[in-house]
Amino acid sequence: MQKVARIGPPTEEENRLLSQLEKEAGTDIKLCYQCGKCSAGCPVGFAMDYTPRQVIRLLQLGLVDEALSAESIWLCATCETCSERCPRGVDIASLMDTLRREALRRGKITDKKVALFNKAFLDTVKKYGRSYETGILLYHNLATRQLFKDAELGLPMMKRGKVHPFPEKIKGRDKIQQIFKRAEEIGRE
Amino acid sequence: MKLAYYPGCSLDGSAIEYGLSTQRVASIMGVELKEIEDWNCCGATAGHNTDKLLSLALPARNLALAEKEGLDVLAPCAACYNRFKAAEHAVREDEELKAKIEHIIDMPYKASNNTVSVLEWLTDIGLDHIKKKVKNSLKGMKAACYYGCLLVRPSSHTGFDDPEDPRSMDEIVKALGAEAVDWAYKTECCGAALATSRPEIGSKMIYEVLRDAKEAGAECIVTACPLCMMNLDMRQGQVEKRFKEKFNLPVYYITELVAIACGDKPEEAGVNKHFVEAMSYLKELPAKAARIEEEEKAKEAAKKAKVKETSEESDDETKKKIDAMLKGLEKNPEKVVSKLLEDEEKVKILAEVIKEDEKKRVKLAEAMVTDKEKAAKMAEALVAGELKKRQKA
Repeated sequence: MQKVARIGPPTEEENRLLSQLEKEAGTDIKLCYQCGKCSAGCPVGFAMDYTPRQVIRLLQLGLVDEALSAESIWLCATCETCSERCPRGVDIASLMDTLRREALRRGKITDKKVALFNKAFLDTVKKYGRSYETGILLYHNLATRQLFKDAELGLPMMKRGKVHPFPEKIKGRDKIQQIFKRAEEIGRE
Repeated sequence: MKLAYYPGCSLDGSAIEYGLSTQRVASIMGVELKEIEDWNCCGATAGHNTDKLLSLALPARNLALAEKEGLDVLAPCAACYNRFKAAEHAVREDEELKAKIEHIIDMPYKASNNTVSVLEWLTDIGLDHIKKKVKNSLKGMKAACYYGCLLVRPSSHTGFDDPEDPRSMDEIVKALGAEAVDWAYKTECCGAALATSRPEIGSKMIYEVLRDAKEAGAECIVTACPLCMMNLDMRQGQVEKRFKEKFNLPVYYITELVAIACGDKPEEAGVNKHFVEAMSYLKELPAKAARIEEEEKAKEAAKKAKVKETSEESDDETKKKIDAMLKGLEKNPEKVVSKLLEDEEKVKILAEVIKEDEKKRVKLAEAMVTDKEKAAKMAEALVAGELKKRQKA
């Protein structure tokens, strides 16, 4: 991760993008006074390149590209500890969510494994109306070229009746496909 | 009580025992659960990571179906519960979003109904009601109640229990007869899907939760979330291997424990489907409870015996001291009473008084042993009385 060099007020373009992100996240990043309570309590903080506090600081400085390239936004487990504890009421978890989605929209994905997992998950929902655990894991292993990852758990899962050999399908699959289609259409507006 | 029931994808698959035991608890407690017809996946984390509107519309379709029937919704899976709460919140707080969501799902949805978690549901049923149904107390069990993230956060959406120190599950477990240990990681995150996507990070988070439970003296963990269960139970072996530390902590769904305490066999509640062997701990409980009871009784008896002994002992000792004091007063009254009086004249008078009057002698001796202040006052009074008597004579 290359550290940031440019310092200065955000450009007009950056400001526009910032307000769009704030609106989607339903929170105001200017409220943050950098106390670091979010990062002290973050259970994944130990593995992050930028702590949640630092991600917000990048945004306050208008360094949106840097924030979007942070690996942190893909490590966030959405446990919401930060949002619950923030003394200024900044919804950091929602902001992380928004940054992930923006990075996805721009094809700027730092952690491909998480993104692939999400894609595999939603593909099965779109197709069957239900998520299909077996399919997701197989697809994820194929896509990330880790064929035998967690393979030792497969057979015991089957023995316990916890794996369906075939996906469950709901009757209203056309309704679900319509939901996916309409959400995408409105989102683009 | 009648509720719409949303099992979610996990309770049909990897968390099949959570589904089984939830249904059992409903039947034991007399609650009717009506499964939402043709329900769809809530989209879970993948949904809100990818598309905000999609992540609200997928749960909204299920909620709208339940709303049509006028029913509140029970969502046992913590991840589904979190997404349902987010959809409810969005529709209640944001008119613009509400209109978009209704258009996307092609159904009216006002969020007039409410989603409850298993913990909220059991709390609503009532601890007293649960206690009345308990047939096989879980006495002897030492449980770490694990809430994780999504059952109590964000509190602005859930409006239930304390987000930093929740106690609802502790209270339920105690109502079943078990002990709920105090520990620091009850709302710490297990890492969720990171165990799959980034195992080097996820397994560390699982490890920390297991370690803290063990250090707090827990012998098992109780959860109300399929993902927490998967991480703590199914992956416990992987974590033990990586960190070279044995935990051997069985993990139970809260619903399994309620069903079992109310008379179900552990295999009926699905406990035989766990990865960390969880049957034998339950089987050992009655013997352990008996042992604890015996120990408690023995302790109580020992305590009582000790109290008696010390009081008897001190009685004996006081008596001995009084006797000794009495002897002193008989042998050398002036020397002994000079401890009570400074005036030599008074000492002489008192010595004469107690020489002649045995009753007064005994009383003074008693007072000198048990209460020095009282003895001093008594001495003055005896002298004053004697002086008066002499004046009259």
